[in-house]
Amino acid sequence: MTHDSSGGEVILSGISKRYGAFTAVHPLDLTIPQGSFFALLGASGCGKTTTLRMIAGLEDPSSGTVSLSGEDVTALPPYKRPVNTVFQNYALFPHLDIYENVAFGLRRRGIKSVKKQVEDMLELVELGSMARRKPNQLSGGQQQRVAVARALINHPKVLLLDEPLGALDLKLRRQMQLELKRIQTEVGITFVHVTHDQEEAMTMADTVAVMNGGRVEQLGAPADLYENPGSTFVANFLGTSNLIEAEVTGTSGDDLLLVAGGQKLALPTARCSAKTAVGGRVLAGVRPEKISVAHRDDEDSIADGRNRIPGRIVDSSFIGVSTQFVIDSPVCPELEVFVQNVDRDSRLVPGAPVVLHWNPAHTFGLDAAQDIDAGVQEVEAA
Amino acid sequence: MSTVTDRPPAPPETPAPVPAAMRRAAGRKRRVPYWLLLPGIAWLLVFFVAPMIYQASTSVQTGSLEAGFKVTWHFATYWDALTEYYPQFLRSFEYSAIATVLCLAIGYPLAYTIAFRAGRWRNLILILVIAPFFTSFLIRTLAWETILADGGFVVQTLNQLHILDLTSSLGITQGDRVLATPLAVICGLTYNFLPFMILPLYTSLERIDGKLHEAAGDLYAKPFTVFRKVTFPLSMPGVVAGTLLTFIPATGDYINAELLGTTNQKMIGNVIQSQFLRVLDYPTAAALSFILMAVILAMVMFYIRKAGTEELV
Repeated sequence: MTHDSSGGEVILSGISKRYGAFTAVHPLDLTIPQGSFFALLGASGCGKTTTLRMIAGLEDPSSGTVSLSGEDVTALPPYKRPVNTVFQNYALFPHLDIYENVAFGLRRRGIKSVKKQVEDMLELVELGSMARRKPNQLSGGQQQRVAVARALINHPKVLLLDEPLGALDLKLRRQMQLELKRIQTEVGITFVHVTHDQEEAMTMADTVAVMNGGRVEQLGAPADLYENPGSTFVANFLGTSNLIEAEVTGTSGDDLLLVAGGQKLALPTARCSAKTAVGGRVLAGVRPEKISVAHRDDEDSIADGRNRIPGRIVDSSFIGVSTQFVIDSPVCPELEVFVQNVDRDSRLVPGAPVVLHWNPAHTFGLDAAQDIDAGVQEVEAA
Repeated sequence: MSTVTDRPPAPPETPAPVPAAMRRAAGRKRRVPYWLLLPGIAWLLVFFVAPMIYQASTSVQTGSLEAGFKVTWHFATYWDALTEYYPQFLRSFEYSAIATVLCLAIGYPLAYTIAFRAGRWRNLILILVIAPFFTSFLIRTLAWETILADGGFVVQTLNQLHILDLTSSLGITQGDRVLATPLAVICGLTYNFLPFMILPLYTSLERIDGKLHEAAGDLYAKPFTVFRKVTFPLSMPGVVAGTLLTFIPATGDYINAELLGTTNQKMIGNVIQSQFLRVLDYPTAAALSFILMAVILAMVMFYIRKAGTEELV
């Protein structure tokens, strides 16, 4: 309930939540640095919202502690915690107008002159002219901004956002992503953002924690998570990945040498998160946009030292900036490839024999003992 | 595609004018809502509007049962009825107001519990609230004669706790009796109309999004403040509906005063009933009915204006 926004560091230690026999969140350690935009990303039921609610005090953890800027707040009820929440579907008070909704937190703390602060805050979210309207007279995007203003006016140490953009249409969602990022930069408060939308998490957050089955699968900067997924779940949930089952045949310099479907591939040892031994199996992954497609007739013009896979185009869809190909190969049944539409090769039509090739440095290696399709279904369901 | 659809469909032989049959059909369709309203309107005309007009005319008639009544526009009946029976009027409003407040005090916590705390017991409790309706109003009221009987368990307990001393000093009981006092009538009214308070309260509380409570708590409202600033204002439609559904019928009720009170607890309903059925002074009875209706209508309008629930007006 302090007015300075500094010291908004959140430390979760060994925090967990069980509902009877069901464990929503397994014991979890997480440090969210002050001033960061932190995203908890995962499919529904992965424990991300429960984690957020434990920070807010709306859910009592079964074990562990929550501390905010060095102070243990685990036992404090929500109304005593210096955090505010932007709820999914906003939870604006329908009987109060926009002005009173925004002033609610200030009034509860006994602040008498709220006019200036409320007006400034409505200005920040560009809703100054709507002050006397009721929430149901506003559009979804405007309600969303009221929800943000209502929380931010209290200068919380941490702002918690529970799927704040879930109810908006795509275009508005993009706009609000940038808007929220702007506000966060402006006020410098720690934002903890829960979302199932990987694109939203990557656009907005400095650090993303990917959650699955009540655990954090991987934590890192968006680009880092995307380039170096540590599990098949992360590889498939963040964007799409082509995962090729391969056998380790040896090493060469900094590279692991693999063979998949009779095809030799190379993978930088440093980018392989699995333990490997000659004769063992790994999953070699490569992102669709890293792969180039050449017609089988041009195979000779491909530079040496690149990973290459022969195949046949099954499907191609033109989507403006790029063309997406689905390629059937003896090495891997359905490889996805995105090719920028710079010079379009008219021979690349369904049925055409092709060779896929990419720089071995763009390959990442994963433990082959995992479910190769983990995280795929969730993206479709979301 | 078959070859048939390759050719454009043959144009109709004659340009089709909108056939009269179709126009009639459209007209019939438009009239359907009115036909659906008809039974309700007919019912209201026969059993509400007609009796109202009949009673209005009765109230300005003079005469006697033997000589017959004639419309003489004798408005003095209204004034006479009011001056003679204003104590019963006042008593009706007093008992009914107290019963309404008691219903709200008992019903609100119960409705709140059912809506937010009952979990899987919710439906069972709701059934228990409605259960008394399975017995006749008369029987239920008669049962209170036993409950409040002199020397009975309730009266003895109240006596031992010195609550009767308190109520006696307030003038709503006499000595160590509860039966045949104002308190008995008020208890009967409260009991009989409680479900009419609980059900609308429950409906409006149940509609409140639980997230709003969380949001208020998150915005530094202590639990009681959450209730005062969020829950209660949002339940106002239920409060208004509940109080009206309790107050209006309780004011006109005569069964409770008849069975649980004495002549000193007679309410205006008792007066109207006896004027109609025993004294057979139809004009006075009709005039009293209209006065009661007018006063209740005025009070309700004022109340709704004050309580300011847009949903109900």
